[in-house]
Amino acid sequence: MAFNLIGKNFTPPDIYSKVTGKAKYAEDFKVEGMVFCRLLTSTIPHARVSNINLNEALSTPGVLGVLTADEVTATDIMDNPILTNHPKFIGQPILAVAAESEQIAQDAIEKISFEIEALPFTVDPLESLFPGGPNARMEGNVANPGIEPEEVKWQVSDFVAAGESHLPMGSPSREWSYGDLDSAFASSVYVLEESFVTQGLSHNSMEPRTALAYWDGDKCILHASSQSQSFPHPGVASYIGIAPENLVFIAEFCGGGFGSKGGAYPYVAIPALMSKKINRPVMMRISRNEEALIGSARPGFQGRARLGFDQNGKMLAADLYIVQDNGPTNGFNDWLSAGDALSLVYTPNAMRFRGVPVLTNTPHRGPQRGPGQNQIANAIEPMIDKAARELNIDPLAIRKINAPNNQSKYGGSQTSVTSAYLSEALDQGAEMFNWNERRQRSGQRNGTKVTGIGIGTAYHSAGSNGFDGLLRIDTDGILHIHTGVGNLGTYSHTATSRVAAEVLGYSWDRCVVERGDSSKGLPWNLGQFGSNTSFTMTRTNYAAAQDAVIKIKQIAALRLGGSEEDYELHNERVQHSNDPNVSLSFAEVAQIAIEEGGSYSGLTYPDEINPMTKRAVDHLAGSGLIGVGRDNLARSGSVAALAAGFIEIELDLETGDWEIKDYVGIADCGTVLHPLGLSHQVKGGAVMGIGLAGYERHIYDPQNGLPAHLGLCHSKLPTYLDVPSEMRWGAVALEDPENPVGAKGIGEPVQGCASAALLCAISDALGGHLFNRTPVVKDMIINFTAGQNQSYGPLQISSA
Amino acid sequence: MITQPKTSRRNFIKGVIASGAAASSSAYMFGVSGCSNQQVSPGGVERLISLNVNGMTRNVDVLPNETLAMTLRYKLGLTGTKLGCDRGECGACTVLVDGVNLYACSLLTHTARNKQIITIEGLESSDGMLHPVQQAMIDELGPQCGFCTPGQIMSAVALLSNNPNPTRDEVRRALSGNLCRCGAYDHYINAVMLAAERGV
Repeated sequence: MAFNLIGKNFTPPDIYSKVTGKAKYAEDFKVEGMVFCRLLTSTIPHARVSNINLNEALSTPGVLGVLTADEVTATDIMDNPILTNHPKFIGQPILAVAAESEQIAQDAIEKISFEIEALPFTVDPLESLFPGGPNARMEGNVANPGIEPEEVKWQVSDFVAAGESHLPMGSPSREWSYGDLDSAFASSVYVLEESFVTQGLSHNSMEPRTALAYWDGDKCILHASSQSQSFPHPGVASYIGIAPENLVFIAEFCGGGFGSKGGAYPYVAIPALMSKKINRPVMMRISRNEEALIGSARPGFQGRARLGFDQNGKMLAADLYIVQDNGPTNGFNDWLSAGDALSLVYTPNAMRFRGVPVLTNTPHRGPQRGPGQNQIANAIEPMIDKAARELNIDPLAIRKINAPNNQSKYGGSQTSVTSAYLSEALDQGAEMFNWNERRQRSGQRNGTKVTGIGIGTAYHSAGSNGFDGLLRIDTDGILHIHTGVGNLGTYSHTATSRVAAEVLGYSWDRCVVERGDSSKGLPWNLGQFGSNTSFTMTRTNYAAAQDAVIKIKQIAALRLGGSEEDYELHNERVQHSNDPNVSLSFAEVAQIAIEEGGSYSGLTYPDEINPMTKRAVDHLAGSGLIGVGRDNLARSGSVAALAAGFIEIELDLETGDWEIKDYVGIADCGTVLHPLGLSHQVKGGAVMGIGLAGYERHIYDPQNGLPAHLGLCHSKLPTYLDVPSEMRWGAVALEDPENPVGAKGIGEPVQGCASAALLCAISDALGGHLFNRTPVVKDMIINFTAGQNQSYGPLQISSA
Repeated sequence: MITQPKTSRRNFIKGVIASGAAASSSAYMFGVSGCSNQQVSPGGVERLISLNVNGMTRNVDVLPNETLAMTLRYKLGLTGTKLGCDRGECGACTVLVDGVNLYACSLLTHTARNKQIITIEGLESSDGMLHPVQQAMIDELGPQCGFCTPGQIMSAVALLSNNPNPTRDEVRRALSGNLCRCGAYDHYINAVMLAAERGV
């Protein structure tokens, strides 16, 4: 397809504010009479709080009120609560105190006395699964969305059978399979079996989830740190206990979320409820430590994989077991996504997946960039290299022979894909990276240093459908594209809005993207997460633009004669196909739309659109021509975003340090919407992947359940000095057939392919040694090269 | 079920204070620099001082324990200076003090008296023209979420004032005190190199 706007760089409308300091994040707002609240949080991992005495705190000058767990909206028992008297992880908020200043609020918290009963806790899933092991909650030790909480204890014999080096595999919570697994393993010429550990991880967004709330009558105005705009809106309103139409949700900028601020989260309700109680605007600033604990975390895995290959490296059989560190709530479905990802990326002829999500007294687990897919990429990719080494197959070739294509199906239900071009991504990357020549450098020594070469591949389902598009042409002819997707920093709020301008033939300088504040009239859209925006939002904006096209032509026919089929759009005018002089400008069309009313100006709209979109149209009605529609375009499969990373490192055998000499990331993301934005995702994803593979830690002391990773320096985010100063990228750019402009998402697998490539390169530099865990930190490398025992057991979590 | 004698929170904290994590956690809590709207503090009383911020003299009441980040953000309304950690880890609050890039969260405001303080808001010229680093950040799509961007820009401005033609490696070393969770490092370096090429 040829486009005027799609695929071209543009200046995002929000970037000027970002570089001048004018961008206002939640903590940057100040309103008259604003006061502050602070949180009393749990200092022990599982406890019951009672007999709270607030008298001294409430009598402190400047203290305005206390909000307790008894006063907040009740949530489902397995959901993350707003406040609780039954904390299940260190840092969980128990109550909040509001005062004229933060200092007064904090001092008042110290005057609160209460009884606290320590309850059994665990920070290790295997400990909890062992007979007699502690449960993280009274309700049991296993739960997940769709799995009611229950107690699961494995048999001692399960642990004995596994031995020290392998994951025990007792009764799973979920299991699926396809193909004849036994036969596939029997046919394999090479079978490997490895157990592995992937770390949990705080999201560590740069902006803590500070929130400001105040009320105007029944309406609550909430400034929040949210990567999504419309999607969390109903959930946030529910937390506050109000109807969605009474919530003004402002999230124009978000200082990073990575999944942790994608949907509604409970803590934004605290300043809102406090504000209602004390009748003052309330700012709740969240500290770095608090963010590390309430900001959710990626689940860690303890896993075991058995893989069978034929002599060509084709994966015939895969048997995967995942024990997921689920945190104390419902958590997230990383473990299930991991099974799907293995099935799709390597397309084994037969596969079985088993797993169990085990509750622990650690932070709530939510989605983090490539949830499940990226952990499993890190676990499996080095095993693929091991198989290649054993079978004497090139690492590129073994990935290509197993790569999915457009006909591939995956998972227990054998889901199809809309498109899959991983093999093409591998080819493109190999050429850019000069794979064949680089491969010759594998193992080359330079003094104490040795070269390692690695490839990584990863996947994420990257698109959805069924959401609404909304636009307005005003009487000046300006196109306003209303988007409720959010602002995570990808600029896709605008890249996808440009589809509407493309369809209507607009010059981009006559378009405005309306976003960031629900009172502007924003449609119901999926959140900005799950790599879905490029696919999902191009479809919604296309739907709105198509509706506008029809209405514009109808108006032309109405006023200029003929039928709508007689007209076409050209240069922001609608004109008769046979006589360009018979035409109306879009500004004139907008004026006529107002005069005609009905659906033209938004006085009526399709029943099928979401109530939020209906409210948005009501808000805009009568102000121009309204284009609105639900995305009813066909979608028959999972939208497969795939990525391949190529990396060369130089590893110092004496220090355990490694330096990345080159990185190439290739995205299978369909049509490229915004080249600079895509470059940002590929490279930024790689930075986060380097952290996931080589640096970042999530440490809990098993004796007391205390975290040891709360600082950014303790968690060890990658800095400028930990990553290459220059990285390279490319895109396959083959259109996805189920998107009107051929686009699909990419944000998540570009992390997993980089982290997996780095792990493979480290393994390659060490002659094929598998650590079978992330992160691989320097002392692990030194211990290996020195022939020393590692400081952790094979399945131990919190190891680095 | 483990049963332990019920204890008050104070006693509990006394009991676990010896543990590193608990001590660290509570130290942050007790040390919170919440001077916003503060009238009285255990740390002393506010004093009216003059600060030179972005070329203007600003008179402001400042507590003895108040950080420059707090003064800038909450008393002078200069919210472009961000707080990502408030403890010298992330660099989001970087400002120039006499031309040196410093963490405003880790500098007491009283120590910045008689010094020239420049924040992100002070880079734009009076006619609205952006600083070359700001313009290059737009042209190279430097930021992602943008939260760390003001700090990154201030470090880059400090670098280029001392070293107008840096190498990529010099740029990354000069900016290495500024974290970016989005991983926008490559684009930020591109922007600084472009600004240097255009001339600051």
